[in-house]
Amino acid sequence: MNLQGKKVTLHDMSLRDGMHPQRHQLTPDQMVQVATALDAAGVPMIEVTHGDGLGGASVNYGFPAASDEDYLRAVVPQMKDAKVSALLLPGIGTVDHLRMAYDCGVHTIRVATHCTEADVSEQHIALGQKMGMDTVGFLMMAHMIPPDELVAQAKLMESYGANCLYITDSAGYMLPDDVTARVSRFVDELKPETEVGFHGHHNMHMGIANSLAAIEAGAHRVDGSVAGMGAGAGNTPLEVFVAVLERMGVESGVDMWKLMDIAEDIVYPLMTHKVRADRDSLTLGYAGVYSSFLLFAKRAAEKYGLKSTDILVELGRLKTVGGQEDMIEDVALDMKKASAAE
Amino acid sequence: MTTKVKAAIIGSGNIGTDLLYKALRSEIIEPVWMVGIDPESEGLRRAKELGLKTTHEGVKALEPHIAEDKVQIAWDATSAYVHGTNNDVVASHGVKMVDLTPAAIGPFCVPPVNLEEMMGRNEQNVNMVTCGGQATIPMVAAVSRVQPVEYGEIIATVSSKSAGPGTRKNIDEFTRTTAKGVEVVGGADRGKAIIIINPAEPPLIMRDTIHCLTKDAPKEAEIVESARAMIAEVQKYVPGYTLKNGPVFDGNRVSFFMEVEGLGDFLPKYAGNLDIMTAAGLRTAELIAEEILRAEAA
Repeated sequence: MNLQGKKVTLHDMSLRDGMHPQRHQLTPDQMVQVATALDAAGVPMIEVTHGDGLGGASVNYGFPAASDEDYLRAVVPQMKDAKVSALLLPGIGTVDHLRMAYDCGVHTIRVATHCTEADVSEQHIALGQKMGMDTVGFLMMAHMIPPDELVAQAKLMESYGANCLYITDSAGYMLPDDVTARVSRFVDELKPETEVGFHGHHNMHMGIANSLAAIEAGAHRVDGSVAGMGAGAGNTPLEVFVAVLERMGVESGVDMWKLMDIAEDIVYPLMTHKVRADRDSLTLGYAGVYSSFLLFAKRAAEKYGLKSTDILVELGRLKTVGGQEDMIEDVALDMKKASAAE
Repeated sequence: MTTKVKAAIIGSGNIGTDLLYKALRSEIIEPVWMVGIDPESEGLRRAKELGLKTTHEGVKALEPHIAEDKVQIAWDATSAYVHGTNNDVVASHGVKMVDLTPAAIGPFCVPPVNLEEMMGRNEQNVNMVTCGGQATIPMVAAVSRVQPVEYGEIIATVSSKSAGPGTRKNIDEFTRTTAKGVEVVGGADRGKAIIIINPAEPPLIMRDTIHCLTKDAPKEAEIVESARAMIAEVQKYVPGYTLKNGPVFDGNRVSFFMEVEGLGDFLPKYAGNLDIMTAAGLRTAELIAEEILRAEAA
């Protein structure tokens, strides 16, 4: 693979996707510490939100240590060069949250829907675009539909005003050919000025291979997370990815040595859950299940005396989508009933 | 045979048509008009076949017939954007409105919780909150009538096929209106609503999760009994309203996992979200009709 001379914009997820393994308990101080270090290392974009996006604070997804507004007001003013992004899932967050994020100085709004449901994002994408924000459409669980159907959904978001469209491998299920097929269709069929991005999860340890495939197929933006801190087995580990990009001659503008230090000295020490491809995370990737279900399935398994991998496989069989965390306890109760009946 | 109160259905889409089939079975209401805006509408075609008068020229075309056809109740099954106009037209002729859009001009009505209380107030316009609200607010109320609920949260999961363009275009209306209903009618100090649309095939039956955080330790036995009675009330008009799991008591958290299967009148059975809306809308209109008949008899 020859990527010599290509450029990519890296987007760090540790302070949003990384909220999942931390059960949304990162403090504003911790966020400022990580974000200022990432900024100094030249990471151009940093996402800061509850793990489930703006308005995610809930029984269903977990109450965070501070509000979205507190996190954003703490981090945004400290940034010298980096731009801050926020995630918003219509159905969870509303345009009120979007306006709040804008008022806090958020530069990029990423509006996320399940890959087949792009038409719920019209209000939010249109408002982001109208306010002059960098407005991204984020199609989650993108492995679940073939590339031609995914492009059709991306075109909807583009028509509402998104200037960048993401292929989001929420389950860490994709293999490099799956990524290539989707990214190249986006590059070919969206407007020439529309950017294309890829968001990976490392559940099958394909984060780096998939991200390279995305760049080769023409992706402009790639998500990763310092120390890999993200849902499931985490996101593409950013310091490792930057090292690979250096060797391959891809320009990211990020200082590899500084990023390694952030991972080692700041992020690993603050982790309360070891983000790795344990059997549950691997099951997420293998069975194509939403990565943030991980800790909920572990807890339900413990509470109801079940095997967490069994719960995850069942959630996959039921074709659950992102946000259906409430199904986990429900499924566990069903499984417990069924085993008692035997 | 007793006299029936005559009614008009405004909106000839999925909701309006399903409501039509339910209303035709009513012992106290007779649907006489269906109003649409699309001459090709399947709903209008069916209404005509079933003997209703129809128009595809909107509520203005209904207006001249309100008095002569003795229309006293109208349902609005259009959208929040046009509800205000529709309501103004019928209200000027003294027609009572049951609003199935999330416009929420009038007070919220969730039949097993506050319908009777509402009847005493003789409201011209009542609002049916949202489908998710109809499916979940009764359970929040089942807890709050036992003890104070500091926080009520509901997660409604509907099949992709049952989420119409109106819901999709304005999904924020759903989350806001439902959350407000959880507070105002459900009795929670603070409410939150989440909606998930799932495209799985075959389509999933509507699912609803209700989490209540009680102020003090939950009174388990009383909540179980209150929930049982509330579910029985809802089942009177939505027989497929069932408690799948729970209540789960975990510290101050009380959780219910519900499933809502529809009757399959016009909409498929999985679309319990739409069915519970039309069934609640009919039940509300029937109580209004009783009031009207009582007043006329007096």
